[in-house]
Amino acid sequence: MSNNSNKGFFDRVMLLDRRWVFLVLAVVVVSTYYIPMNVPVPASREVQTIFDAIEGLEEGQKILLAIDYDPNALAELHPMTYVIMEQCFRKKVGVIITSLSQNGPGMAEQAILDIVDSTALPKTYNGVSYPGREIVNGVDYAFLGYRAYFELVITGMGQNFRTFFSRDYYDVLLDSLPIMKDVQNYDDIEMVIDISGSNVVDAWIKYAAARYDVKLALGLTGVMTADYYPYLGSGRVFGLMGGLLGAAEYERLADNPGLAMDGMKVQVWAHLTIIAFIIIANIGYFGSHKKRGL
Amino acid sequence: MNPVMELGDYLWMTFAAFLTLATFSFLYKDNPLYKIAEHLVVGVSAGYFVIILYYGSLKTQLVEKLYDGQMVYLIPLILGVLMWTRFSKKLAWVSRYPIAIYIGIATGLAIPLEMQTKVTEQLQAMMVELHWGNLFDGGLLNYTNSFASLIIIIGSLAALIYFYFSKEHKGWFGGVATVGIWTLMLGFGASFGFTVMARISLLINRVQFLDQWRITSVGSAHQEGSGSYTAVYILILVGIFGLLAFDLIRTKGKTDTDLT
Amino acid sequence: MKRQIPLALVFIFGWLMLALYFIPLEGAQKVNENMLDWTSIIGIFALALGIWSLITVNLDRIKHKKRDWQYSFITLFGLFGMIIFGLKFGGENSMFQGQESYMFRHFFNDILIPIYSTMFSLLAFFIASAAYRAFRARSALASILLIGAIIVMIRFFPFVAEYTRPVADWILNVPNLAAKRAIWMGVGLGIVATGLKVILGIERAYMGRD
Repeated sequence: MSNNSNKGFFDRVMLLDRRWVFLVLAVVVVSTYYIPMNVPVPASREVQTIFDAIEGLEEGQKILLAIDYDPNALAELHPMTYVIMEQCFRKKVGVIITSLSQNGPGMAEQAILDIVDSTALPKTYNGVSYPGREIVNGVDYAFLGYRAYFELVITGMGQNFRTFFSRDYYDVLLDSLPIMKDVQNYDDIEMVIDISGSNVVDAWIKYAAARYDVKLALGLTGVMTADYYPYLGSGRVFGLMGGLLGAAEYERLADNPGLAMDGMKVQVWAHLTIIAFIIIANIGYFGSHKKRGL
Repeated sequence: MNPVMELGDYLWMTFAAFLTLATFSFLYKDNPLYKIAEHLVVGVSAGYFVIILYYGSLKTQLVEKLYDGQMVYLIPLILGVLMWTRFSKKLAWVSRYPIAIYIGIATGLAIPLEMQTKVTEQLQAMMVELHWGNLFDGGLLNYTNSFASLIIIIGSLAALIYFYFSKEHKGWFGGVATVGIWTLMLGFGASFGFTVMARISLLINRVQFLDQWRITSVGSAHQEGSGSYTAVYILILVGIFGLLAFDLIRTKGKTDTDLT
Repeated sequence: MKRQIPLALVFIFGWLMLALYFIPLEGAQKVNENMLDWTSIIGIFALALGIWSLITVNLDRIKHKKRDWQYSFITLFGLFGMIIFGLKFGGENSMFQGQESYMFRHFFNDILIPIYSTMFSLLAFFIASAAYRAFRARSALASILLIGAIIVMIRFFPFVAEYTRPVADWILNVPNLAAKRAIWMGVGLGIVATGLKVILGIERAYMGRD
């Protein structure tokens, strides 16, 4: 190749229409979805601790599951909600659900309806057979819904859940729900699991975990995860699930494969594609600079 | 998810699939279908919030209590209504009263806990006993041994020094700041790696949804027709991708530069 | 009146909340509880302002036939459609069952979710394009970022995970933790300093001008 055409090649690599990048990624993601592959998802320590904590609960104990995300984060966080909720329902652990994000109640409701259906069927997880059972609103779970200004709500719940939630999402008085009978505040639940795609998580850390010494674990979107390791290090949170991989690790631990494990095979190919893009672009970058003698 | 569903639900799902594709069409270029989807979601989202806000907060926290005769709740009601003086140019200053109360309370609430979770507890976590004798207990990559603790202490302090701009980054101070920026870069790299996974997850979810729609379509069709449904689905996908590739080759040289 | 009273209110309520944090008495906690409840009620009226301005902006666009004004009808249709379907009245047999009604649920599940989540999934394409255009090993620092990112990215790949996973876990739990800890400490001190300035009336940006 002559010097000129060489230079042209590298420059062309540098100036590629971005829609080619889009097209390649789209083709890779869609086509590899239909190629079966086994992706290893060994559980990391921070996911294992959450699983162990919930697995160690006994029938009748209660947790608070905070579903604080909007549809934009459903891809990563819905799988976490699904697998944890089903684990609790199977083990007859009471689940109190709040949703302090603007579009969160709809996400929570979708998850509840799906998991109530799924728990009605008999299943075997990790070698333990569970018969199907009917999940009753108010007995097996309570859905408290949304209240505005999450930092105030979370602080208020430390004194009494009824400060803000005198009624649940379905407009029923909290005092008439059997599951809420002995629940005044955070002292009466075992832990809070916050599945969050926004800064609501900071409020849970400060106003629940730090102020009232509540045991707190987090399920976060991939974008946020790396930022929350210091809280793991300081012991303020006891577990951390990050993004689709965190969800997939949990699904494997719970022996309940769902959308997260299903998606991991595509992740591998899509990541390979993006790494290839980075390498090609860097070859173009160094190639064109070398030719210009830079 | 049940592959066989009622016709009404199936039509809704088909509508959702259509909206998904309409939104994706933005990748090629901005177009009326995308604009419709975009404007629709803004309205629906706001309308949803109105309902959630009323039935969730306003009704139980305020309206019911006033109906019960708890007249002290007139105070937050009046203060809340004062917020609306913002619309008047003359009276806008009145809205500062409720805003001031909110800011005072929110700030007073936050200060001690910000200090506790972000500063003192983080410092506390670094006050660990280092076992110099077996620094690499459990291997170099064991992140609970003394070596890891040491790196965390050095990395955190160095990164803090990097953020300190009142002294010029020169000499030993500059050297420490360099260690700090290296640490920060590794941290940002980790965040970027996670972000790639996060963004791809969002796309995979839409592919999973469209595939679920395909399976539902097949399930709703007659047994003998199910194969042709899948064929049509594949044809549509290949068609879309093929047309895009053809168009990109055809318009070669006219690269779009509006966004990176 | 216009400035002194708000400053005094911030000062009083700020210190009150700080004091209540340190007073574990039951009476004090009752006061605290009511204050939280009331403040959130006040705040709800502020949120209503946002909805109101969405309506007026769109009506204004239609009235003055600004660019893309036709689409404002769609926004308003979505807004009022959702509100009407979300209302609750008429007893058990009515079509209006509030948040549990058929149309309200389907608007959320089959309009809001697909559009909202697809709009965000477009970011997958933009991050791929950004990786292509901007992720260059220009310097030693950029190379460190690149290496860190790639190790974290390939930590779950079949065949290599055995080696990359421990390295990635170490990066996340050690240097990443150190970096983010320094950032959080800076953020925390910044918030505390700004907060004290607000309570003491030094920082007044929240009052706007005049």
